[in-house]
Amino acid sequence: MVDEIKIKVNGNTWPVAASPDTPLLYVLTNELRLHGPRFGCGLAQCGSCSVLADGIEIRSCVTPVAAVADKSLTTFEGLAALYAQQNGLAQAPALHPLQQAFIDEQAPQCGYCYNGMLIKGAELLAQNPRPSEAQIRSHMNGHLCRCGTYPRVMKAIQLASTRMAGAVR
Amino acid sequence: MNETGTFCFSRRDLLKGGGALVIGFSIGGSALPAAAARGDVAGPPDPNAIDSWIAVHADNTATIYLGKGEFGQGNTTGLLQIAGEELDLDMGQLRWVQLDTNVTPNQGATTSSSSIHRGGPQLRAAAAEARQALLALASTRLGVQTGSLTVSKGVVSIDGHPTRSVTYGALLGDKPFNVKFTGTAPQKPINRYKLVGTRVPRVDIPAKASGTYVHMQHVRVPDMLHGRIVRPPGQGAYGAGAKPASIDESSIADIPTARVVRKGDFVGVVAEREWDAIKAARALKVTWQESATLPSNADLFERMRAAKTTDTVIADWGDAPNAFAQAAHVASSTYRCPYQSHAPFGPNCALADVGPNGALVMSSTQDIYNSRDMLAQVLGLPIDKIRVQYYEGSGTFGRSCYEDAAQAAAVMSQAVGKPVRVQFMRSDELGWDDYGPAHLADVRAGIDASGKLVAYEYHGWQHGWVVNETTHELAQLTPPKERTTGAGSIPVNRMSTGSMYAVANRRVVSHAVPMVGYLKGAPLRSPLDLSFAFASEQTIDELAAMAKIDPLEFRRNNIGDARWLGVLNAAAAAAAWKPKVAASVLSDAEVVSGRGIALGTHHVSYGAAVADIEVNRRTGNIVATHVYGALDAGQVINPALVENQIVGQAIQATSRVLKEEVTFDKSGVTSLDWVSYPVLRFAEHPHVTAVVVQRLDEPSTGAGEEVMGATAAAIANAFFDATGVRLRQYPMTPERVKAALAAKT
Repeated sequence: MVDEIKIKVNGNTWPVAASPDTPLLYVLTNELRLHGPRFGCGLAQCGSCSVLADGIEIRSCVTPVAAVADKSLTTFEGLAALYAQQNGLAQAPALHPLQQAFIDEQAPQCGYCYNGMLIKGAELLAQNPRPSEAQIRSHMNGHLCRCGTYPRVMKAIQLASTRMAGAVR
Repeated sequence: MNETGTFCFSRRDLLKGGGALVIGFSIGGSALPAAAARGDVAGPPDPNAIDSWIAVHADNTATIYLGKGEFGQGNTTGLLQIAGEELDLDMGQLRWVQLDTNVTPNQGATTSSSSIHRGGPQLRAAAAEARQALLALASTRLGVQTGSLTVSKGVVSIDGHPTRSVTYGALLGDKPFNVKFTGTAPQKPINRYKLVGTRVPRVDIPAKASGTYVHMQHVRVPDMLHGRIVRPPGQGAYGAGAKPASIDESSIADIPTARVVRKGDFVGVVAEREWDAIKAARALKVTWQESATLPSNADLFERMRAAKTTDTVIADWGDAPNAFAQAAHVASSTYRCPYQSHAPFGPNCALADVGPNGALVMSSTQDIYNSRDMLAQVLGLPIDKIRVQYYEGSGTFGRSCYEDAAQAAAVMSQAVGKPVRVQFMRSDELGWDDYGPAHLADVRAGIDASGKLVAYEYHGWQHGWVVNETTHELAQLTPPKERTTGAGSIPVNRMSTGSMYAVANRRVVSHAVPMVGYLKGAPLRSPLDLSFAFASEQTIDELAAMAKIDPLEFRRNNIGDARWLGVLNAAAAAAAWKPKVAASVLSDAEVVSGRGIALGTHHVSYGAAVADIEVNRRTGNIVATHVYGALDAGQVINPALVENQIVGQAIQATSRVLKEEVTFDKSGVTSLDWVSYPVLRFAEHPHVTAVVVQRLDEPSTGAGEEVMGATAAAIANAFFDATGVRLRQYPMTPERVKAALAAKT
């Protein structure tokens, strides 16, 4: 019954065994065994499952896999490569600048929400390399953190922004 | 070492190719070899053997066996600093194994911010004893007295002859110490500390930021089924259970591989694919027996007040009634504090593999050994046939649904004979939590004409905490069981109710409400202390305003303890506090601002906060713009870890005092997602300034709770400063703000 669906994730094309109505999240976690996107609410309310589809953040927990068959998907795992591609770097860095900034700001506590924080923060920095504090607050508002690390996510985005401006210029 | 996270060698090896399962089943299988390898037999390992705590490897590294769990608070890093300090090893020479009932010593639950407080001294003593044993070996090897030896980075050399040396690895190299843990080995004097007290980066963060960390939710094993629980959408009155009147299994017949698991009143579904399990849990037609015996939010507090309580006098000093009669000013009010949910950002997940001879259960429990005891009852297996392994989940902040998820996975695995991974859905986690209990308080305090506190009285009503988990109660059909009822139930905390002030006449009474008929309760971060602080510190603030004294000065005048004074002053200094009688300058603007100060504690550490807020008088919306939090937790092993805890507490307490409330009607809980149970969002978060009061000469005490109550009360006091009106119920929602402001005019 299932016409084989293929999805393109982090530059590679994968056949999907799941039924077309299966939310993308369960394909990424159970078939591709990725650790980035993760279940938080299943309701598109928290941002735990975020991935980029053609560079735009989507919630994989409510997106049927069939709906993204023609998209280029980037997960947490592929962000450094996407960053290199967006900035014309010959080689992808080991970490996206925002990941490095999360380490330098000692930002995560449990770290569970950091998939979403990274995906959404990277989307922002790609669209707006020098966001103001108000722009960061607004852009990140759909991503919840229960440990209370928002102030450090904020600092990390600002640090990554500064570094990226230096590196790209 | 161990750049990829907390999951050290033994855990990884277990997971490779499903090796964990083999280990799980081997427990009751063939005869054990004469000298069992670490992990082959049920623990806890002998706490009186140094080998249970520390192993030294040939490559001159050491493995520390940690009986406390990493929940994102950074205790792994702090504990390794303590061990490295005593052993004279660098952080890079330390590996660790965390929480496995076959492997790690039983250091009790990772609760109540006890890792460094109680776990730290144990590990320090063990490491000191290990060092002493290594020095004895080096003494023999090098032919000098131990007093002539010096150690740096695990290299023992003769003082003054650095070339005559031997490494720990060469001395012991993966062989056992065979040394008894006496606790008598000399410990390093504080003035020689190199690691303790320094800002070592967290060992878990690189993996969390790079995506290689293994959270519980990531764990998969071969041949595993996905399970989901099936219950009414939100829990009803505790004691009523969740009784299926009928189950129509044909309602999921079209979902591939899905099947129902029922044991007693427990209902779950399993399927090979996760999405099919989720669909089946949603589609399964179950008729539940009606129960409509809960109070609703509207009549909760009146029901608590009318309950047949068991009353316990927690503190009774001096002559409070007489002192009130003499007081120049008395503040007296009732405070109402909601049920709140642990609400971990990622719902709990567990994986169980249960066979006739044994069980392996992986979960995000705060107490592996207690989990094992509970699983033994649920599964009907002896505890030595059960192995529990910890994986960090999403921050839990107390007893969320981790035991429930683990037991549900275990019950389903036992029924189907395969490993089962259960993840709770958002509504399961928010609807079936063991909530932080609601609290009702009558608080009264009085001052003399000079502004000195002369009388203090606190009456608190609350119920206690569950013993068994919901899966246990449903599967075994056991009666409800509160941790202790009557005089032994969870009391008002005497430390949080006025203990910070020098007041000669003080009376604190706890009114224990029986939990049956309410919601399930369990400790939620800063258990009830946030409620006590909200009530108590507003009362103190009210007296300062009555006496027309600046609230900081008022507190200084009434504190007798240097550490309370120190932490109060630290928060005030960070905020550049300017003396002002609260609410003495009120504005008619639509948006008005205010500043408040408050103290908070849990058991032993000292917390203080200053909060700046803005109140929109038209919409009723409160925005906390800046929280200054200060914490004195004695000797701070790593100030950066405590700063991170202060930031987290300031944000989470802001969320809890402004936003969070479990809602319910007579049939059950109705706050089941992030819309109906809102938490503080990114755009709303205050700036936070964290101040660590370092006291190297004092014992280390907890650092994860105290700023919670201080922040919540400081926000409440800031609201009064901004508006001249007291809000005596939280969360301080726009509706409550508008009602309070309207009542004033």
